[in-house]
Amino acid sequence: MEEQRILLEYADQIDPESAADYIKVGGYKGLEKARAMEKKALIDEVKKSGLRGRGGAGFNAGMKWSFVPQDAPVKYVVCNLDEGEPGTYKDRIICEKNAQALLEGMAICGTAIGSEQGYIYCRGEYPTVVKLLRNAIASAKEAGALGEFNIEVRMGAGAYVCGEETALIESIEGHRGEPRFKPPFPGVAGLWAAPTVVNNVETFACLPYIMVKGAEWFAGIGAPKYPGTKVLTLTGDINNPTYFEVPTDYILRDVITKLGGGVKNGKKLKAVQVGGTSGAFIPEQNLDTQIDFDSMGAIGAALGSGAVLVLDETRDIVDTVARITRFFEHESCGKCNPCREGTFRMREMLEKVNEGKGTEKDLENILRLAKVMRKASLCGLGQAAPIPVESTIRHFKYEYMRKLV
Amino acid sequence: MANYKDLIASQQGRKGGIIEAFHAIQSEYNYIPQDALREAAKAFGMSEAKAYGVATFYSYLSVEKRGRYIIRMCESAPCHVAGADAVIKAIQNYLGIGIGETTSDGKFTLELTECIGQCQATPVITINSEPVFNVNPEQIPAILSAYK
Repeated sequence: MEEQRILLEYADQIDPESAADYIKVGGYKGLEKARAMEKKALIDEVKKSGLRGRGGAGFNAGMKWSFVPQDAPVKYVVCNLDEGEPGTYKDRIICEKNAQALLEGMAICGTAIGSEQGYIYCRGEYPTVVKLLRNAIASAKEAGALGEFNIEVRMGAGAYVCGEETALIESIEGHRGEPRFKPPFPGVAGLWAAPTVVNNVETFACLPYIMVKGAEWFAGIGAPKYPGTKVLTLTGDINNPTYFEVPTDYILRDVITKLGGGVKNGKKLKAVQVGGTSGAFIPEQNLDTQIDFDSMGAIGAALGSGAVLVLDETRDIVDTVARITRFFEHESCGKCNPCREGTFRMREMLEKVNEGKGTEKDLENILRLAKVMRKASLCGLGQAAPIPVESTIRHFKYEYMRKLV
Repeated sequence: MANYKDLIASQQGRKGGIIEAFHAIQSEYNYIPQDALREAAKAFGMSEAKAYGVATFYSYLSVEKRGRYIIRMCESAPCHVAGADAVIKAIQNYLGIGIGETTSDGKFTLELTECIGQCQATPVITINSEPVFNVNPEQIPAILSAYK
């Protein structure tokens, strides 16, 4: 099975900054079509395509848009380009290869919800992408491709939690990036308390193609419940550590053996972590699973951002997970107790076990804390932080046991 | 060097743009001097305490003086399994400083960072946000001596 490139079809063949280049390969036809439609029909078309959020939560995009009250005087379209999930760089690739599709997608969303102002929140680690996008917006404006729709790029400053949509909104407003209590959801009261749609780069970039080729075409690609393609980034002990765009019914084992060229240095595979650092570790026996949202969920994992980290047979799972717990301790914003204290204690206990000083009681406490964090944390950060820990205790318990006192 | 007042004024039209103002200040000074922080707070209608809260929330912003070149070593899982620890040690040995410290000549500051999204070529360091790919410990002296 091969890659299927929709978003990345013209990668390296067009200048991502140039609206003219993009128009030459059919760009901005989708926006034209969207503008000729009634708002409700446009939202229904997106709903019908089955497009679900590509940032990790997998929410139906058209459904999200339908929550925006049509009569509000000011509304915003916000693009989440804060991909901080370790091992993920697909949004950077989409911008570097096809930035105009993102801009067109945002304008399509603007048309659907009746918004004239968009923001792209780009992570601070990508200053070159910020520059690229600002040039791309200028090019699109000059070509008249965006019409009345304006887009401003804002740069983050190194905070993983700002990938959470309400923390991201706080950051655009110039505040500490701490998540808000929900409800109200951003669709009702988001940026500066106005109704706001926040979608991921990849979600927006799918829209021009859905508009041009139709909702049914898109709904027919990949897995029926999570249709379309997904851009994956392959890292770790793999022969071919790069990015791929595949239909969502692609099998995880094929990602590693066919696209990835197999495990590096002829070694055997121990585990795969899908969805970035907050994802579950998947053992070898579960690899024959489709990558789509629901299939991954069924094996206790998550597609998340589409990062795929491969670990070979020599890797120390406990050491890797201990490192991951340090990540969450560092990135916890401190607003809610279960996450602030939980990530701290989790790191403390994991390091104890990793140093050979842990007991079975520690493993029990780790699992108990994991449960509390999952249920009581305010946002996805604290809720997902224990997943790598729990999934490795489930699938690789012997690795923990051999390190106990 | 541009005056921080001008840098702040250049961003004042952006609603809620104090973080953009901080970026503009840092692009000249590599950190946010206290006077500049005070000025930015005023320009964006925020108390100094609030502005300080913002500046210290984000790991890429600093209210402490830093060197001309900020080296950031990624230590997220993909870089970790690719040997980030050995690279950190090599940098510390070469510069004679610890994490978060600046060399006595004011040239380099060493920081740790989480994933910088360049995982196709691990381990990765950045020097003033420019990524250096597939770094191994032996290359560190050659890489760093190129910065004058």
